[in-house]
Amino acid sequence: MKVTAMDIYKLLPKTNCGKCGEASCMAFAAKLSQKEAELSACPQLKGADFEKLANMLAPAVREIKIGTGDRAVTIGGDEVLYRYELTYYNPTAVAVDLSDDMDDSAFDQKLVKIKNLEFERTGEILKLNAVALRNKSGDAEKFKKAAEKLKDSEIPVILCSFDPKAMDAALDVIGSKRPLIYAATENNIDEMSELALKHNCPISLFVPNDLEKMKQLSRKLRESGVKDIVLDPGTYIGEAIGDTMDNFIMIRRLAVEEKDDDFRFPILAVPAVCWINPEEDEILTKMKEATTAAALMNRYADVMILHGVDIWEMMPVLTLRQSLYTDPRKPQSVEAKIYEFGTVDENSPVIMTTNFALTYYTVAGDLKSGKVNCYLLVLDTNGKAVDVAVAGGQFNGKAAAELMKETGIEKLVNHKKLIIPGLAASVSGDIEDQSGWEVIVGTRDSSEVPAFLAKIW
Amino acid sequence: MDTMSQILKLLEKTDSIEINEFRMDVDELELTIMPTLQNVVQKVVEKQIEAKKEFESQIEFKYPVKDYAGKVNEVKLGGKNRKTVKLGGQTSLYRFEEPQPNAPTVTFDVFDIPMNGLPRPIKENFEDVMHSPGEWAQKAVKEFGADMITLHLIGTDPKVKDKSLKDAAKDLEEVLQAVKVPLVIGGSGNPKKDPLVLEMAAEVADGERCLLASANLDLDYQKIAQAAVKHDHAVLSWAISDINMQKVLNKALMKEGLTANDIVMDPTTCALGYGIEFSIDVMTRTRLSALKGDEILQMPMSSGTTNAWGSREAWMKKDEWGPTKYRGPIWEVVTGLTMMLCGVDIFMMLHPLSVKTLKEIGTTLTYEYKSKESQDISDWINKF
Repeated sequence: MKVTAMDIYKLLPKTNCGKCGEASCMAFAAKLSQKEAELSACPQLKGADFEKLANMLAPAVREIKIGTGDRAVTIGGDEVLYRYELTYYNPTAVAVDLSDDMDDSAFDQKLVKIKNLEFERTGEILKLNAVALRNKSGDAEKFKKAAEKLKDSEIPVILCSFDPKAMDAALDVIGSKRPLIYAATENNIDEMSELALKHNCPISLFVPNDLEKMKQLSRKLRESGVKDIVLDPGTYIGEAIGDTMDNFIMIRRLAVEEKDDDFRFPILAVPAVCWINPEEDEILTKMKEATTAAALMNRYADVMILHGVDIWEMMPVLTLRQSLYTDPRKPQSVEAKIYEFGTVDENSPVIMTTNFALTYYTVAGDLKSGKVNCYLLVLDTNGKAVDVAVAGGQFNGKAAAELMKETGIEKLVNHKKLIIPGLAASVSGDIEDQSGWEVIVGTRDSSEVPAFLAKIW
Repeated sequence: MDTMSQILKLLEKTDSIEINEFRMDVDELELTIMPTLQNVVQKVVEKQIEAKKEFESQIEFKYPVKDYAGKVNEVKLGGKNRKTVKLGGQTSLYRFEEPQPNAPTVTFDVFDIPMNGLPRPIKENFEDVMHSPGEWAQKAVKEFGADMITLHLIGTDPKVKDKSLKDAAKDLEEVLQAVKVPLVIGGSGNPKKDPLVLEMAAEVADGERCLLASANLDLDYQKIAQAAVKHDHAVLSWAISDINMQKVLNKALMKEGLTANDIVMDPTTCALGYGIEFSIDVMTRTRLSALKGDEILQMPMSSGTTNAWGSREAWMKKDEWGPTKYRGPIWEVVTGLTMMLCGVDIFMMLHPLSVKTLKEIGTTLTYEYKSKESQDISDWINKF
């Protein structure tokens, strides 16, 4: 929804009071148009005026918060179909399930696993976002007891039951933590929507493989006053996975291009359905689940429920998420300067690499795990990787020499040897000429650096 | 005007009248409704029907199907004595608009030298046949469902084995004899030698309609293109994540006599976590441009999905990451799948499990919306 700063400015008070933190209403308008400010920051905007502007600024897909506190997660908020057009907002929330019929220790153990699962990539810690509690027992009391255990867990919850009585019981204990109610269906929509309004919780609408019916039911929910809806058109695997992908695409197209208000909501996927008819080998089921999750994440899934929780299954899913939601407008680079690893002194080796984020974090990770003591000179190559920067000319003798002069590396060490990446071998001569230092061509992959240094240094 | 007419005039614009504190005592009441009143009632009913129709049309669900000005050309591979594989041919972006005519194709990587450096999860499937490209190709086709074979002549690289053209020809002959599926013939990546290798390959494989991999702007692409035209092969047009570079290269190849039915594009696949988003963007834009009518991009696309194995997550031993056995195949299939969902038609892959998974999902792209049976998930919450 391309709303210009001018369009926004026309609806602002234009008093330039500055209370929003910006110098003028025009500046505030500019920030708002870039999603870099909150409309609520303006104390003078109230009632109908606020509503009007809020509607104008509203993203094509509604933004919905699940959970409370530090670990609350926001989903939705997208504006475009393809990330190259702008960027995707709010990375897909990944939830793993617990069922209310698990014995206490199994429940507690898996909960800890879900909360603590993490791995680091390019300087970012990737984690899971929520727990999906399933009313597998079909018993309202059991569901309530399990919800009680999650009340103080500090992780957002998705309550899964089609039985309004069970949902009511669970919401009694955990409703104040803003769980996602899963789900309203054509059979329970009246009772479930009442619960959503009563507890002010977002609610999912589950209508398997029938977009026409989904439109009607979404309309019904909206008319009853529910604002935060999450759509689930059903996750199918096997030959019908195509239907799921089609439904996801159609919903998103209707939201972004047709501005169809009945579909301007985040989409929920359930890769966990792979476990309904599992393979004989559990590993294969987990791989299927990860693959299904990846496929649907590529097709606009804003939140998903998985069952497996092994790190090797989560890594590709979370890595894909990190890649998809990277803002294409921002160059992925780190500061070009000198970095120290371990304990350095005047005898320490000096290594050079580029400021592409992926390159830097990979090299840094290897130096740390290899317990290397060295100086790392990071060259500004406009965020390009080593081989690309060599081909593009950014990794050259002059730039390298300039960096060495700026950082004053000459004064920090008593030698004049520079180690460069194996992939930069072709510019070693140029660097030698420009810097006057001896250049040692290092390894092709930074994982080999610790061993390499042990040998030659 | 009499009172009744006055009242009726007022009624013309109203839908309903509410009378307060009305009381009528009657023994018998006969009502005669005047035509004008009938008229008013009629109008109200008509108005209500209008309103209902308008409401219903808002509720009516319309499938968001688009029309496209362009299409993707079809590239046929395989010769008269060889199986035929067709790539591309799409006339829409999504299958619910128009199912794609050809399912995504997987071509298994086979090398002209034993690849002892391959990660364990791959090596263990091919250890017994790596000494012979022919046997290797056969195993890939017979046991692992390869639609095509890519013979990588990396031994010809002066830095590897510097194999002569004659020896490379022998390897190619061996593979041509061993399997009946179409081939992709790959050089070593050495820009000076590859055009010679591919020129030789084009001649040796005359009549078999292979895909010559690959031509790019940093080598003698004319030699490759001319050989392809002379011996009736298709050419893989390789650009590095740059849609403009791709157009320039395609144009240059067509200048040598190749048509849009003889070119497959490789916009470059970066592995999951190592720049895959750049590949997503360029593939998406390329396919969208083709369907919008940009003729110079209306060719099928290829993905070097094997690049996924270069990611350390795919092969590196690390306790915090769990066993390597599954990470590799998953890394490869997620990379390939992501590319497939951007419109890629042919995939160079290495692990049998990734291949199987990718093909299963890929085939569904040729089916119509809601044409296949789906399991009942209405009660999924307590089903596992």
